[in-house]
Amino acid sequence: MQPIITISNLSKSYASGFQALKGVNLEIRRGEIFALLGPNGAGKTTLISTICGIVNPSEGQILVDGHDIVTDYRAARSMIGLVPQELTTDAFESVWATVSFSRGLFGKRKNPAYIEEVLKALSLWDKKDNRIMTLSGGMKRRVLIAKALSHEPSILFLDEPTAGVDVELRQDMWQLVRSLQARGVTIILTTHYIDEAEEMADRIGVIRKGEIILVDEKAELMRKLGKKQLTLQLEAPLESIPSELGGYELDLANGRSELVYTYDAQGERSGILALLQALNAAGIRFKDLQTTQSSLEDIFVSLVRERK
Amino acid sequence: MNLHAVCAIYRFEMARAGRTLMQSIISPVISTSLYFVVFGAAIGSRIPETHGISYGAFLVPGLIMLSLLTQSIANASFGIYFPKFTGTIYELLSAPVSYLELVVSYVGAAATKSVILGLIILATAGLFVPLQVAHPLWMLLFLVLTSVTFSLFGFIIGIWADGFEKLQIIPLLIITPLTFLGGSFYSIDILPPFWQTAALFNPVVYLISGFRWSFYGIADVSVGISLVMTIGFLALFTAIVAWIFKTGYRIKA
Ligand SMILES: Nc1ncnc2c1ncn2[C@@H]1O[C@H](COP(=O)(O)OP(=O)(O)O)[C@@H](O)[C@H]1O
Ligand SMILES: [Mg+2]
Repeated sequence: MQPIITISNLSKSYASGFQALKGVNLEIRRGEIFALLGPNGAGKTTLISTICGIVNPSEGQILVDGHDIVTDYRAARSMIGLVPQELTTDAFESVWATVSFSRGLFGKRKNPAYIEEVLKALSLWDKKDNRIMTLSGGMKRRVLIAKALSHEPSILFLDEPTAGVDVELRQDMWQLVRSLQARGVTIILTTHYIDEAEEMADRIGVIRKGEIILVDEKAELMRKLGKKQLTLQLEAPLESIPSELGGYELDLANGRSELVYTYDAQGERSGILALLQALNAAGIRFKDLQTTQSSLEDIFVSLVRERK
Repeated sequence: MNLHAVCAIYRFEMARAGRTLMQSIISPVISTSLYFVVFGAAIGSRIPETHGISYGAFLVPGLIMLSLLTQSIANASFGIYFPKFTGTIYELLSAPVSYLELVVSYVGAAATKSVILGLIILATAGLFVPLQVAHPLWMLLFLVLTSVTFSLFGFIIGIWADGFEKLQIIPLLIITPLTFLGGSFYSIDILPPFWQTAALFNPVVYLISGFRWSFYGIADVSVGISLVMTIGFLALFTAIVAWIFKTGYRIKA
């Protein structure tokens, strides 16, 4: 199937001369939840802003469902809803007015029943006549989401949607994202909370210093990069790792009372059985053992660090 | 044409005027009334009639013009500056809206407000002096053209401004002095010859002269020249707006 967004060779240099995006190539699949991960200043917002028409690209091309975002901006932008990173709202408007305004702005005729549905889904219905400035930060975030959904977009961008948001809203938001996906909406989000990407996303892209350094299925990513560790609680601390165990990737931890074996989860053989036999032969006894799998967070940290 | 968007922005801007009724309608009406009381009634009774028109009546077109220019600029500049200031401009930029549609809706709303304001001031003036409009259609034409032209100018200022002081500075330092010196309060033929010639370099003279002609059939310069000058400004500001959008000047990074 044709990707819903195709980004080819996209670069962006700001007027200051700073190059925020460097030759980005990326395809977003129809109907997926795509998480863009990257440290602060990596270029996530710049990338999203360029796709949405807020920032001019310096080089390269972006197609949204086949529509060029520069020459065919109307068709491209009509499909997109954007929830920006910053809480930028009109202060004096009512919730109802601002959400209806967004719908009109995106060229859709009035549909109060749909707006009502959106506001209810976001628990904003009883606040519909309140002025936005009287709302809490979390409520303002909901208003921004409602504005982005007001024109029934088929692509939704969420730029760090849960930064500084309470647990309840986070949960509501993920539920909403799932139900949108079920309706066929493609969702692209950026987040600092890697556990979120891990929980929500189908695919994950990692961006660093304006470059996409990795894109993969979440499951694949975990499998490829995921390392497993076997930790053995020793009966007696070890001075050093015996030389006959030199063939294994072993470390001593916790005051030399633990032996940590790191192995590749995707390997054909873990080597655990052989290791245990070798330990036995070397006369090393242990009380207990456990295995851990590195989380996406560890993967992410190690990726970003490795390339420094 | 994204008509839904044009309507949405236009309505939004008109609603904003509704919320700031004090600022946008009542305060100009009060200040204009004060001008009539002070200059029209108190001082004006000692000033001889010009071309057979009482001084109070003579003031009406100039005072309306003064409000039109300052309010068109104030309204339109604030209308586009504020989304830039709060950041809500992200939504305008990400919407399927052309630049032309943006200008039409913002400038259209600001100009509408100015026209309404002009008519309200005219009605207010009717309370103080007997009104007479010799060429009503020309009067409306100048009213609308001037409102649109200077709303466009305000739009440009709003885009250019990167702080609230900059919003004020052009109206304060350029428009108000030019209007005061441009014949709002006097006919420029009472000036010494040198200053009469100098006044011809003041663009506002042409606006006020044409507008006054539509009321009383008297003018400092011929009405044709006034019309040409007004349309000239309209063309100039339109060209600047077109350039702004072509380059994304101060709107898009
Ligand atoms: N308007 C701008 N002018 C100059 N530099 C900018 C501008 N906007 C962002 N940047 C720079 O571009 C880089 C990427 O920013 P951004 O896309 O906001 O990163 P992220 O969203 O990943 O935190 C940062 O170093 C930032 O300082
Ligand atoms: Mg960001």
